[in-house]
Amino acid sequence: MHLPTYPLPDAKGRYAEFGGRYVPETLMPALEELTEAYLHYKNDPEFLAEYDYYLREYVGRPSPLYLAENLTRHLGGAKIYLKREDLNHTGAHKINNTLGQALLCKRMGKKRVIAETGAGQHGVSVATVAALMGLECVVYQGAEDVRRQALNVFRMKLLGAEVRPVESGTRTLKDATNEAIRDWVTNVRDSFYIIGSVVGPHPYPMMARDFQSIVGEEIKAQLREKEGRENPDVVIACVGGGSNAIGAFAPFAYQENRPRLIGVEAAGHGAASGLHSLSIGAGRKGVLHGAKMFLLYDDDGQIRPAHSVSAGLDYPGVGPEHSYYAEAGLAEYVGITDEEALEGFQLLCRLEGIIPALESAHAIAYAAKLAPEMEPEQVIVINLSGRGDKDVVEVMRVMEEGQGSRAEGLVQGGQS
Amino acid sequence: MTTREAFARAKAEGRAALIPYVMAGYPSRGADLEMVKQVLPYADLLEVGLPYSDPLGDGPVIQRASEQALRQGIHVADVAAFVREIRSLTDKPLFLMTYINPVLAVGPERFFGMFKEAGVNGLILPDLPPDEDPELVGLAQGAGLETTFLLAPTSTEARIQTVAPYCTGFVYTVSVAGVTGARDKLPEGLPELVGRIRRVTEAPVAIGFGISNRATAQQAAQAADGAVIASALIRAHEEGRGLVEVLREVRAGLERSLRV
Repeated sequence: MHLPTYPLPDAKGRYAEFGGRYVPETLMPALEELTEAYLHYKNDPEFLAEYDYYLREYVGRPSPLYLAENLTRHLGGAKIYLKREDLNHTGAHKINNTLGQALLCKRMGKKRVIAETGAGQHGVSVATVAALMGLECVVYQGAEDVRRQALNVFRMKLLGAEVRPVESGTRTLKDATNEAIRDWVTNVRDSFYIIGSVVGPHPYPMMARDFQSIVGEEIKAQLREKEGRENPDVVIACVGGGSNAIGAFAPFAYQENRPRLIGVEAAGHGAASGLHSLSIGAGRKGVLHGAKMFLLYDDDGQIRPAHSVSAGLDYPGVGPEHSYYAEAGLAEYVGITDEEALEGFQLLCRLEGIIPALESAHAIAYAAKLAPEMEPEQVIVINLSGRGDKDVVEVMRVMEEGQGSRAEGLVQGGQS
Repeated sequence: MTTREAFARAKAEGRAALIPYVMAGYPSRGADLEMVKQVLPYADLLEVGLPYSDPLGDGPVIQRASEQALRQGIHVADVAAFVREIRSLTDKPLFLMTYINPVLAVGPERFFGMFKEAGVNGLILPDLPPDEDPELVGLAQGAGLETTFLLAPTSTEARIQTVAPYCTGFVYTVSVAGVTGARDKLPEGLPELVGRIRRVTEAPVAIGFGISNRATAQQAAQAADGAVIASALIRAHEEGRGLVEVLREVRAGLERSLRV
């Protein structure tokens, strides 16, 4: 077990101009302390052994790299593999990061963890590791999301976490993040903030990337075994804040012979509608939650609410390292609409018997466009970042609402 | 009047300077200027807030005020117009408090030029540690604006030595680890913190966060050159109490003759 070392960020936490620490001064010493602790423990054999132990025995790693034969045959082009992060404990890639940060928290002697959550996946993941490690856990969630995600709220409570509804702003993920940061500013001496994605002030984007890099590292090893080569031709992953994508991309991104790395943003109702989460596709450089990144905001710098059918992609910014990849041309970023994502969702259900998270369904939908244009000896890896059990109620609602005829057609198609 | 003169005059009068906070567009267009008129007679300097969608350094009171102001459709240009109106009423130093994203959105040079022209003396940037973007700080200073940054009870010697030299206006010392909001008392240790800051800079030091009444004002005056009062004013307005009552009480607390 090791944690990787990459050329970026620089000593100031920058990926070219992106990243940094745009935070209230109160937090600066804590961020310095955290950086120092992380850089120490990432090379500490005992810390790494413990992280490795829990990844194997608790999370269930390595996750399979599954050859999706039916999907490959159906699309009639490149060979498609699914990196099955949906099979991890708690059902998504999130735990790779929360586990690492919780272990770090313990080493730093902090007894209380804080987290923000949108739909509740990260919150559940943090509540899970907090229960495992015996840490007090407070999760901030937008009041609107608390209402929509009652099951995840109950899960967090079952796991012993306190869920605090956030009534400010748009009452969604970005406001929950503001509130978590406010809690951290107030309780910085004894609390550890576990951020859910590769966003936030340095060192968070770096730490979350390093903990998620196991995804790309495993892809390399598994492809070597299955295909006799480490590099696929294309890696596709959905991008909200961007943690599952960075985990799949970073181990390839700084290589000379780089596969195509394609990040799929949520285009919502389409770029022209204004209702989307296209931080890279339609955003500008700005600062949110402590880092410079591509971001959605109006002419006055007020942050614009994002939209996606998938709560996990519903974030107005994107991690600084993705912002850098986009500008430097290390990765490509594309958009998939709500409707296309729902088609991708159903495609995987029917062809492979796998219910994907709506987030991951964006990656599947883009692969469905790309694969037919590729050759059979070429390989696409889709990072299947999470399972879709959490989304079935929402999918049912959307299908019943105005898209009933198509949904019916699909169900009948499935029966025939 | 310059910032230094404003602090010096308060000192000559035997008290710490009072820096009330008003927000453009709060409680509404037009009524914001009414609040200015109420607070000006008590102010040595004035802090003017630019409402922002994601004020992560602010507690619930200023968050609510920001939302209310933004619902009025307040744009950056309206804030500049508001400053111009205040400037026509007073020659006291005006400091614009803004998060960094509106500055980036408008473009730093244009933003700084606009507010210099409108009449602000300086800027308070709560989410920009100055060493994160010294070039941008240089642009602000180059445009003729003073710059004020925050220091906190958690600040290490190294942070104080890094940040204080960038504070050409005054040093905004946060009284507690936390966000803005009125408190009943301030933590011990403020004089020690201010002492550490004074060893590094000649700039005036003001205390902010938590100043709400006579006791907290007295604590601030014992430690520093000035005190910012923000949430307590907005809360007074929300509760339909007179601002003048709060201002009188805090101003009385700032009198050094009351020092024990």
